[in-house]
Amino acid sequence: MTGVKGVTTSRRTRARLASDGALLLVAVSFALPLVWLLFASLDGSADLRVRPPTSPTLDNFDAVLTDEITFTPMLNSLLLCGSATLLTVVCAALAAYPLSRHRSRLTRPYLLTILFTTCLPITAIMVPVYGLFVQVDLIDTMYGTALFLATAQLPFAIWLMKNFMDGVPKVLEEAAWTDGASATQTLVRVVLPLMGPGVGVVTIYTFIMLWGNFFVPFMLLLSPEQLPASVSIFTFFGNYGSVVYGQLAAFSILYSTPVLLLYILISRRLGGGFALGGAVKG
Amino acid sequence: MPIAPATALLLLFLAGPIGYCVWIAFTNTQLTGSSSSDFVGFANFRRAFADDNFRNAVQLTLAFTFLSSIVGQNTLGLALAGLMRAASRPVRTVTGALVITAWVLPEIVAAFLLYAFFRREGTLNAILDQLHLPSQNWLFTLPILAVSFANVWRGTAFSMLIYSAALAEIPQDITEAAEVDGASGPRRLWHITLPMIRRSIGTNLMLNTLSTLSVFGLIWAMTRGGPGNRSQTLPVFMYDQAFVNSLIGYGTAVALLLLLVGSLFSIVYLRLMKVEV
Repeated sequence: MTGVKGVTTSRRTRARLASDGALLLVAVSFALPLVWLLFASLDGSADLRVRPPTSPTLDNFDAVLTDEITFTPMLNSLLLCGSATLLTVVCAALAAYPLSRHRSRLTRPYLLTILFTTCLPITAIMVPVYGLFVQVDLIDTMYGTALFLATAQLPFAIWLMKNFMDGVPKVLEEAAWTDGASATQTLVRVVLPLMGPGVGVVTIYTFIMLWGNFFVPFMLLLSPEQLPASVSIFTFFGNYGSVVYGQLAAFSILYSTPVLLLYILISRRLGGGFALGGAVKG
Repeated sequence: MPIAPATALLLLFLAGPIGYCVWIAFTNTQLTGSSSSDFVGFANFRRAFADDNFRNAVQLTLAFTFLSSIVGQNTLGLALAGLMRAASRPVRTVTGALVITAWVLPEIVAAFLLYAFFRREGTLNAILDQLHLPSQNWLFTLPILAVSFANVWRGTAFSMLIYSAALAEIPQDITEAAEVDGASGPRRLWHITLPMIRRSIGTNLMLNTLSTLSVFGLIWAMTRGGPGNRSQTLPVFMYDQAFVNSLIGYGTAVALLLLLVGSLFSIVYLRLMKVEV
């Protein structure tokens, strides 16, 4: 018995070493572009190679921390994505409630349509959306863009929200019903507080997705002073040529930090049982 | 009805544009002078199928999807999830964090980082120089390969998470029994692991393919579809036709084809997964 065990253990150790080696190789190749970003942002004369800055400096950050480059686009992003997220979460919570609680003939087709929509390539409809927005005069407006962003994210938010809602036991809700609470009151006072972490995940996930979205604001917003960071950074380096890479790196870090922090906040909940709330449970 | 606001938004801003898309695709609408919008039947579609640039875009989209999503993200994600089960804790944590960071970063930041990585003066060539291997301007010589790698870098985390969850659900004693019976690593993978996670594989392939099909920002920011049209996938082609060449009708017809392919995948997905709702 001990012989078998010994063999297994040494095989385990070898397997561990081999796995560690292979993973470290992958880790390094994934890290290279990120390390470049960090180094370049601290380098007064950054170029395109990974190279530790000879004399680290915060000049790049200083240079981009102006209204025009950083504050206005970031504020635009916040307004655009914040309002779209709020709209998405409110609509998703309202829609998920009957879908989770009531079984009617329409529930199943509705949910299947939602799931179907979640998979559609939204990129494909940007050209007609542009045409439609020109016709109804919503083009180049923040609220029009926010409305579309909210809608694009809505199917997945409803699906995620419904799955979290399914996990809330019905007993407390029934108590509220007998006390004469209306459906909306029950949802707001009983169900949503019970699924607080779930609502948090939906909110943060929606916000992260919208914060990084490039194509929608790129198509629907035209005036420079309205552009969110996702588009302004593109115009920043889209003209190639005379780009100051260090400054672009510094701005990229500033622009990415909020979503990275938010992701860390929800990663434990998304982590193991992630599986996108059952949509991909398989 | 609490479901009304969501339904209204979905009808107005999603079903609306899709319906509009179906209509515009059959007209000769141009960006300038919307008055000259006539019904032209299937002309846009006939034009697409006869257009070399369209066929080029279809081929590039297939290559991009196959390389980056089916081979790249899917295989690498599975390999990472599998290796992580055998690896030591710190290595697992660090690798996981890096792969996920690449995924959470905004699309344009990822595009910018990989643009820098693949440029002639970039990091990849610096490494190749060190190894005395020939360097080249990747974005010019092999643009579709460069953007495919970029998509792997950015999108692998999703597969990794799906497969990690799937592998964690395989009962340990089955693998151990096979190990005691002397089944080699590859045999265990082929006869036990893969069959047990086949539903996750299906789901993951489907969702990866669908999201790769609609990648625009990454390619646009890295190469603008160029040089020439050598990285012009369907979304980029659609954009170019509609806005650079002002042919909204033609661009929309391409969009409709893209949407149809997406819908087909979507329906197959719903069927295969036999989703319970």
